[in-house]
Amino acid sequence: MSHTFTLDGKVIPFTEGQTIIQAASAAGVFIPHLCYHPEFKAHGSCKLCTVKVNGRHTASCTMRAAPGMVVESETEEINAERRALTQMLFVEGNHFCPSCEKSGNCQLQATAYHLGMMSPHYDHFFPNRAVDASHPEVLLDFNRCILCSLCVRASRDVDGKNVFGLSGRGIKTHLIVNAKSGQLADTDFSLADKAAQVCPVGVILKKRRGFAVPIGERKYDQAPISQTADTTEGR
Amino acid sequence: MGCSREVIVGFNEMHAEAVAGVVDRVVNRYRRDPTCMLQILREVQEACDWIPPEAIDHLQATLGVPRTKIEGVAGFYSFIYTEPRGKYRVLFSDNITDRMQGNRALMERLCNSLWVERGKVSEDGLVSVGKTACTGLCDQGPGMLVNNYAIAGLSEQRIDEIAELIRNKVPMAEWPPAFFKIQDNIRRADILLNADFKPGEALLAARARAPSDGLNASNMRSWREGLPSGIGGPAATLDEIKRAGLRGRGGAGFTTGLKWEACRNAQLKPGHQRIVVCNADEGEPGTFKDRVLLSRCPDLVFEGMTVAAYAVGATRGFVYLRGEYRYLLDHLNAVLANRRRENLLGKDICGLPGADFDIEIHVGAGAYVCGEESALIESLEGKRGTPRNRPPFPVTNGYLDQPTIVNNVETFAAAALIALNGGEWYAAIGTKHSAGTKILSVSGDCERPGIYEYPFGVSIRQVLEDCGATDTQAVQVSGPSGICVAEDEFDRIIGFEDIPTAGAFTVFNKTRDMFEVARNYVHFFQHESCGFCTPCRVGTSLLKNLMDKLHYGSGSPYDFAEIEKLNNLLQSMSHCGLGHTACNPVLDTIAKFRPAYDKRMMQQDFTPAFNLDRALSAARQMTGRDDAAAHLENEHGGQS
Repeated sequence: MSHTFTLDGKVIPFTEGQTIIQAASAAGVFIPHLCYHPEFKAHGSCKLCTVKVNGRHTASCTMRAAPGMVVESETEEINAERRALTQMLFVEGNHFCPSCEKSGNCQLQATAYHLGMMSPHYDHFFPNRAVDASHPEVLLDFNRCILCSLCVRASRDVDGKNVFGLSGRGIKTHLIVNAKSGQLADTDFSLADKAAQVCPVGVILKKRRGFAVPIGERKYDQAPISQTADTTEGR
Repeated sequence: MGCSREVIVGFNEMHAEAVAGVVDRVVNRYRRDPTCMLQILREVQEACDWIPPEAIDHLQATLGVPRTKIEGVAGFYSFIYTEPRGKYRVLFSDNITDRMQGNRALMERLCNSLWVERGKVSEDGLVSVGKTACTGLCDQGPGMLVNNYAIAGLSEQRIDEIAELIRNKVPMAEWPPAFFKIQDNIRRADILLNADFKPGEALLAARARAPSDGLNASNMRSWREGLPSGIGGPAATLDEIKRAGLRGRGGAGFTTGLKWEACRNAQLKPGHQRIVVCNADEGEPGTFKDRVLLSRCPDLVFEGMTVAAYAVGATRGFVYLRGEYRYLLDHLNAVLANRRRENLLGKDICGLPGADFDIEIHVGAGAYVCGEESALIESLEGKRGTPRNRPPFPVTNGYLDQPTIVNNVETFAAAALIALNGGEWYAAIGTKHSAGTKILSVSGDCERPGIYEYPFGVSIRQVLEDCGATDTQAVQVSGPSGICVAEDEFDRIIGFEDIPTAGAFTVFNKTRDMFEVARNYVHFFQHESCGFCTPCRVGTSLLKNLMDKLHYGSGSPYDFAEIEKLNNLLQSMSHCGLGHTACNPVLDTIAKFRPAYDKRMMQQDFTPAFNLDRALSAARQMTGRDDAAAHLENEHGGQS
């Protein structure tokens, strides 16, 4: 016998062990998210997927569904909070959408559109982050990193390489690569790695391939993220 | 970096072989166990003064752990350095009480004397001077750490002496021992601090509670298999803890008996064991009672842990000692060794077959968030101290996925006395809802700062009277994450039914600026946010910027509304308690000391935080100019 919970009044079936976001996406209901990816163990750090379960805020990617739960997601209150989190991510890094190769394919940008984000609201931090162009095939632009750790998980859990990791603490948390020099060229990273495919923003970019698809015809230009997520994530 | 690295050769550069030798020695001592990563890094640093890249090379090879993981752990903790920080690493404690005691001027004095810039390494690579969060010396501040060893009661004279020792490159082992003397300052003692306690007594009392039939067999089975309930001494001990109504002393106040029972009842997977962890990561600014408990009555604490192990069926114990208390480590290890000799730890404790339990001490490295129990467990496992996703909770899936209880130092001390004297005895002390006593760490504006142990139910007013505080404006109870109590609330009481506390009791008289108190606390949270979740990582920085904006005179009602909004967001979206409470000091002081904020609200309409004149301060510093022509006219009239 399968169980159900309600999400914004809609009855959602789930199987034992499924998280709220898994059950919701199986039922075709979109919950905004950035660090969650259906193929990886949930991380629960971006907090974009926060919902209210029986009145309490919780991340839907880590909370297991339970029978009879009353879950709220698309409310004005929660979306305002998600919008604020998205704005925080924008001001924390250096995100210049108009000149970014990932524009139109970027989950952060698409999520901002989905949430109706009209401005960054907060003062920009303008952090000083270097670009790593050492690798022959891949450029790392840390300016856009949102610390979702998807590349960390992909490299560790799928590629078995541990090319990426997080170091530092607090606002100084940053992505590092597995080399004494700190350069991607000195790691065993390859373009064929799963880690090369999962970045939701524009940190890990293939070199010598710029604007192959014109802006305006890209993934999220064609359909909003609420209709495309989870099936072609990160591709 | 380049040129300064060159100069540093001699003080900090060791030959790669020497570094490898150090790493080998340390790694072998920790059985090549990657879960001891933080301890390994800490000890390598004690020998090398920092973690040179060659050490990471060698760790990678000997532990079989990727470099990303080692650097990730090293980069998380404030006291682990992956860049040279000098042979002498001086950190001034920067709690609000240290500020009130003049730490800023002393730091300035040391910097000038040693010709070193704050936060930087001297050009010869000899010394660095920086600041750190509260070191738990508030009753005898200002305090500092030199190479993680605590020095209290700083004065101008002491600073000059320290500068001289550093200049002459005198090894720390040869510094006058009086410098490192830390006082207990016990001003009021009750059942815990007065306990006339002989090691082993509590355990024997717990054992004596077992039904006489089949004593050994039932205990042995219970200890090893953690049978759910009903038999033998362990269940009887658990009953006493429940009867006592003991609640956690670390701040959250969870019922100890329930926690222990949940751990005891948790299913054990094959090869797993139950774990008892003592949280001695006393990081909440203004708290220092665990330091005194550990230096004054370590046996009581260790015995409490052993009682807990007996009650839940645990066989392995840890003390997670905050890095600032590194100086206690050797003494505590000696006490543990003695308990092993006395058969109070180890195999067949007190002659009970199968009663096996031992304790090891792990030392933290400057991360407040590790006081959160799941972050503490991550740190014990040698990882970055990031709080876990819950459920599952540590009582079922804790240290290395094993059932684990984490309790505060004071909770274990109380548990030992409960095992000795019984739950009813304990429950009769304190109030109806808060059994027992609470140790307060009193500091700030009072004549007699120090340690005060009271039965629960004592009023704020009484404590103020006892510690000789006059003209008091406010008391911050339980540190920045606790509450700020104003004069009209001084009849409120310390207890779970009114003001719960982890122990900090910081007094502010009427000359203090409560806005600056809150700003100090906000800076603290920003520094200590682990960075895992977006709201806390970015939100604490935004909050800090807003408070600085008010400080600099660019604040307007708009900024108040922003603080309010940030608070709501941090409360609802943050991953752990640090984010949930980060706004508390601001909200409390806005509500209770509004004039201190109004004074800062110098603008009626929104004004940008950016100030061109302030932005030029770096240029002024570089050119060594501070004359009128080096300043722009200050548009906002704020202080710069």
